[in-house]
Amino acid sequence: MMGVFPHRPFDVRQESEMLQPLDFNHWARLKPVAKVFKAEITNAIRLTATEKLFHVRIHDDAERQRFSFLPGQFVMVEVPGYGEVPISIASSMSNKGYFELCIRDSGTVTHALHQAQRGAKVGIRGPFGTHFPMERMQGHSILLIAGGLGLAPLRSPVYYATENRAAFKQVHILYGTRNPGQLLFDYQYESWRRIDDVNIQIIVEQPDESWKGPVGIITQLLDNVRVDPNDTFAIVCGPPAMFKFVCDRLHAMGIPMDRMFVSLERRMHCGMGKCCRCNVGDTYTCTDGPVFDYWSVINLKEAI
Amino acid sequence: MLFKILSKQAFRSLVEITLESVETIAPRRVGTNARGEPIHQFLPIGSFDEMDLDYRCTEYSAKTYFLPYREKLCTFRFDEGDWQQEIAYRIQSRAIIGLHAHDINALLKLDEVFTKSRFPWPYYISRRKNTFIVGIDHFPLADEFTQSVGADVVTQGFDLFLTDLGDRYFVAVDSDRGFQLLNEVGAREVADDDAQAYKDVRRRIRDSFQTKINVGNLPNLLDLEFTSEVWKKWGKKCLSCGSCAMVCPTCYCHGVTEEVSMDFRESRKIKQLYSCNLLDFARVAGGHNFRPDSETRLKYRYYHQHRGFMEDYNQPKCVGCGRCGRVCLAGINPPAVIRDLYEENA
Repeated sequence: MMGVFPHRPFDVRQESEMLQPLDFNHWARLKPVAKVFKAEITNAIRLTATEKLFHVRIHDDAERQRFSFLPGQFVMVEVPGYGEVPISIASSMSNKGYFELCIRDSGTVTHALHQAQRGAKVGIRGPFGTHFPMERMQGHSILLIAGGLGLAPLRSPVYYATENRAAFKQVHILYGTRNPGQLLFDYQYESWRRIDDVNIQIIVEQPDESWKGPVGIITQLLDNVRVDPNDTFAIVCGPPAMFKFVCDRLHAMGIPMDRMFVSLERRMHCGMGKCCRCNVGDTYTCTDGPVFDYWSVINLKEAI
Repeated sequence: MLFKILSKQAFRSLVEITLESVETIAPRRVGTNARGEPIHQFLPIGSFDEMDLDYRCTEYSAKTYFLPYREKLCTFRFDEGDWQQEIAYRIQSRAIIGLHAHDINALLKLDEVFTKSRFPWPYYISRRKNTFIVGIDHFPLADEFTQSVGADVVTQGFDLFLTDLGDRYFVAVDSDRGFQLLNEVGAREVADDDAQAYKDVRRRIRDSFQTKINVGNLPNLLDLEFTSEVWKKWGKKCLSCGSCAMVCPTCYCHGVTEEVSMDFRESRKIKQLYSCNLLDFARVAGGHNFRPDSETRLKYRYYHQHRGFMEDYNQPKCVGCGRCGRVCLAGINPPAVIRDLYEENA
């Protein structure tokens, strides 16, 4: 027998931080990056032909207490056996028992979710990513502009603005879709409209017989909006093509580009800046985004 | 850094100790290519003589022992409408002998991503910390440009690093476990003539690089040449096969899929190496593809290598080993592409 190899195995599981669930909002030396919060779908609400709103409640009491998010952040939703998808959180920060995810039936995992019954167990990792800087916007007017499915990530800031109405000057919510059947959360517009001094306007491109509202594209709604451009923040969510039209229009109104925020969409497999699927140049949509100011976006080649 | 002198006989004993104690990986000759040159790969060895330290370059890098092509992240066990998640890490020790300087530099770059970032990756850390690395100096191949990207010398990230001085090795020691192992097989102190011989070898290596590229202003140049015809020219050739990312010692982009077992009792979450040149790399739900053209994908590969990584970690991701150029079926190689970009700019 020769000498002994001086090399005892290092066991990552012995690191104390490996016992804590993953958490974006705190730095740590080591985390179990694949560990999910086990959560239950407590409610599924049909919004349109292709979208459902899911109420998700984290199973373990202590883990549920720990979980917190900021408007604009996303979670990775794991459906064991199918896969994992990044989904923006669509509910209010002040909602403690559960959070809401608005999901379109568009792929393997989301289709499985749409089939899921109440009580189904899913896994949640996160929250991940940057958020809309709501504190910075306080004391100013705020424009919340969404197109199509973009209302899902915008719903959290909408709740923030309506629940803290006194913190903002003017609040404008502008929303557009292709046709009235695609309008998300249509049962909530009336409740937002009733809040004192909240301007909410909805527009569709292709009206049906029952539609009584304005017809056209989202930028037309900006014709009726009068805000002080030096005292206004904007949040824009929607399909990539919409960003350019809306943000350029806002810029023409005089709103500085670093006061407009957009939420970008990319393919993601990890949420932690490792898989590179959301990489644009030196920027990772999952850790540097998904919320970016428009100045950063136009300086990021081919970001939109 | 601590330096020692190791006789070739003592080195043999050292390898025999690792062979007896842990899985030992080393360059092994596995065949001959069409030009009659030997093909080497990093593979487990059973005896000292299976190892060929005079290898030129391995076809694949040693990345697979740190970031496997396929790695199980976790298992979901199904049980009556519920499931349990199980996570396991590889915690066995392993030794890799005969890594060249650029391959160790590649590991240092992966360390930046997987051990120092916001989300340290326990799967990688466990493998990295449990791998004993013995590097070795080599004379560069004709198409190697490691010197141009600053990856031809390595001063950390290994346990022992050897330089062949003919009848003995000059050894740089960078870890306590490396030091202990050297003591066990008996290494002597460095004498003046050893140091002189080492410097001579290093000088000869330094002067024998044939391929040189200029990467100095590359991050800015890449931005300037974003719409350059160069990308169309090379992009048209690209077959979008992803071979370059597979052999690259630093490419770490991956995809995650799930595989349900035949008896539906469990599902394994598998992380699999991916390539940014593959068609669906950036395709999102609903069918929109952010990079539908092969030229855009090829361009972004270079952007990540030489600009994105540069901005994030202040060093290019490329170590200049030349593996991607050798493996490319369409004949795309970084020195030619980068030279083209500079000429476009001139």
